[in-house]
Amino acid sequence: MQATSVKRHKMVSYAKYGYMFIAPFFIAYAFFMIYPLINTIILSFKGNGNFADQWVGLQNFQYLLFGGDNRAANAIHNEFMNSLGNTLILWAGNFVVQIVLSLLLAVWFSDVRIKIKGTGFFKVVMYLPNIITAASVAGMFLMIFGNSKYGAINSLLLSWQSILEPIPFINDVWSSRILVMLIQSWMWFGNTMLLLMSGIFGIDPSIYEAADIDGSSGANTFFRITMPILKPIFIYVFITSMIGGLQMFDIPYLLHEGRTIRPSLETGAVFIYQYFHQASPNYGYSAAASVILFVITAVLGVIIYRFNTDSTAPVKKRKAK
Amino acid sequence: MADSYNNSNKAYRRSIMLHSTIRFIVCLLLTIICLLPIYIIVINSTRDTADIIANGVSFLPGGSLIDNISKLNDPTIQNGAYTDTYNVLIGYRNSLIIAGFSTVLTVFFSGLTAYGLTVYDFKLKKFATTFILAIMMIPTQVVSTGFLQFMVKIKLYDNYLPLILPAIAAPAVVFFMLQYMRSSFPLDVVEAARIDGCGEFRTFLQIALPIFKPAFAVQAIFAFVASWNNYYTPSMLLLSGKLEQKTMPMMVTAILSNDKLTDFGVRYLAITLSIIPVVVVYLILSKYIVKGVTLGAVKG
Repeated sequence: MQATSVKRHKMVSYAKYGYMFIAPFFIAYAFFMIYPLINTIILSFKGNGNFADQWVGLQNFQYLLFGGDNRAANAIHNEFMNSLGNTLILWAGNFVVQIVLSLLLAVWFSDVRIKIKGTGFFKVVMYLPNIITAASVAGMFLMIFGNSKYGAINSLLLSWQSILEPIPFINDVWSSRILVMLIQSWMWFGNTMLLLMSGIFGIDPSIYEAADIDGSSGANTFFRITMPILKPIFIYVFITSMIGGLQMFDIPYLLHEGRTIRPSLETGAVFIYQYFHQASPNYGYSAAASVILFVITAVLGVIIYRFNTDSTAPVKKRKAK
Repeated sequence: MADSYNNSNKAYRRSIMLHSTIRFIVCLLLTIICLLPIYIIVINSTRDTADIIANGVSFLPGGSLIDNISKLNDPTIQNGAYTDTYNVLIGYRNSLIIAGFSTVLTVFFSGLTAYGLTVYDFKLKKFATTFILAIMMIPTQVVSTGFLQFMVKIKLYDNYLPLILPAIAAPAVVFFMLQYMRSSFPLDVVEAARIDGCGEFRTFLQIALPIFKPAFAVQAIFAFVASWNNYYTPSMLLLSGKLEQKTMPMMVTAILSNDKLTDFGVRYLAITLSIIPVVVVYLILSKYIVKGVTLGAVKG
C-alpha cells in the first residue's frame, strides 16, 4: 500500500518537472516566433510605406502573385517571381554539388577496408570554410572574382594573356549564379559530410563484415546497407538544407559591386529584406512575400514528412509505443 | 595453392593501395580548394595596392602588413573614412557578446527541453514533441517582417536582447538532442539518482549533462558559428548603424560596400582580420568537433 502511494506521488510530481523543463523553450518560442508569425500575417493584409495602418485586404498578395493594373504592381510581381526562381536555382545547384561531394567523402572516410592517410586533417580542413563568417566569404570571393582587371582571377588571367578583356564574373547572370552555388557548396559540404559521417559511424560494423563475407560489392553495400540506414539522417540533411535554401541571404545579398544588388541573385529572403529595410518600410509587401514563402515551406515540409513517415526515427518510435 | 593465394592477396592489396592513393589525391585537391581563397586573402593583406594591381595573386607575402594596419587605424586618412566604418576590437567584442550568450542559451535550454521530453511522461509530451518537429521547418526569415515591426513597436531595436534571447528556442537543436538522447541515454541512471535522493534539476545538471557533453560540444560549436556568422538579424535590428554596436560581419560589409575606400591592401586586411580569430579558435576546437562526432557514434 505504501508502495502504491509512493508511486502515485512520484508520477504526479514528475509530470510537473516535464512541464517545467520544456516551459522556457515554449515561452521564448511564443514571444520570438509565434507572435512575430501572427504579426507577419496581420501585416500582410496592411498597406505599405506611409499607409502602413490601412487595411488593404488581399491587395499585397494580388500584386505579388498576379501583378495589377498599374506599372508599379507589375514591377513588384516580376521582381517577386524572379526572386522565387532565383531561390530555386541557387538552392538546387548548391544542394546537388554539396550532397554528392559530402556523401562520397563521408563513405570514403568511414571505409574500414580502404583507409586514407590524414583523414583527421582532411576533416578539419574541409569543415573550415563553414566556420568563416558568410559576410567575409562574400567579401573574399568579391575580391577574388572582381569584375575589373584588378580582381585577383582577372588580373592573373590577363597576365597569362589567356584573356584580353576582364571577365565580369559578378555582373554576368549565370557566372554570378554559378559562383553563388559554388560558394555555398564550398561553405557547407564539410558540415554536411560531418552530419552524414555521424550517421555512418552509427552503423554496426558487423553488418559490413557480414556483407563482405557474403560477397557484396562496394556499390551494392552502399546502396543496400549504407543508404537505407542513412535515410533518417539524409532526410535531416535535406530538410535543413531546404530551410537554409529558403533563407539564403548573405552571399546573394552581398555579392555585388556598387550600391545595388544583382537582380540575378535576388532570392526570396533578399526580396523580403529589401522591402522592410527602408527608411519608410514597405511592411505589407515583405510580409505578404514572407507568408507566401512560409506556405511553400510548409507544403514542401509536409510532402517530405509524408514521403518518409515510415523511416523517420521519431515517428517510428512513437508508433512502436 | 599457397602461391595462388599469395597472388590474389597481392592483387587485392594492390587494388586497395590504388584506391587509397586516388582517394588521397582527391582529398588533397579538395584541401587546396578549401584553403586557396583564404590563403590569397591573407597574403594580399600583406601587400600594397600597387603590387596587388600589378599582380592579383601571389604566393609569397609582401612587406606592407604593418603599413596596411596603420592605414586601417588612421583617423586622418579620408577624414576618418576607415576608422568610421571599421574597428576590429569593437567588432570582436560585439560579435563575441552576442554569439557567446546565444550559444550558452541554445545549448542549455535545448538540452533541458530534450531531456524533459525524454525522461518524463506527461499529457502534452506527444503534442510538444510533434510541435517541435513541425516548427523545425519554419525559417526565421519568414517571420522577420513581423519580428522587426514588433521590436520597433516595443523599442527593442538597437538592442542586443532580441539578438540573444531567441536562442533559447532552437527547435533544430532540440530535435538533434532528442534523437541523441533517445538512442544513448540510459534512463536507469535517472532512477538511480532518484533513489540516492538527487533532485530532478540536479540530476540534469550533474549526471545528464556530463553524459551529453560530446553531443553538446558539437551543437555548441554549430550554434556559436551560426550566431557569429549571422549578418541578417543584426543588420536588420541594429537600425541606427552606430559603429559602437556593429558586429564583425556588419563592419566587413560596410568597408567593402564603400567604393571610396579603394586601397586594396587595406580591404584584404579588413577581411583577414575578420576571419583570423575564428580560424584560430576553430583550429584549437576542431579536435573536439571530430572527437565529438565519433564519440556520439560509439554510444549510438
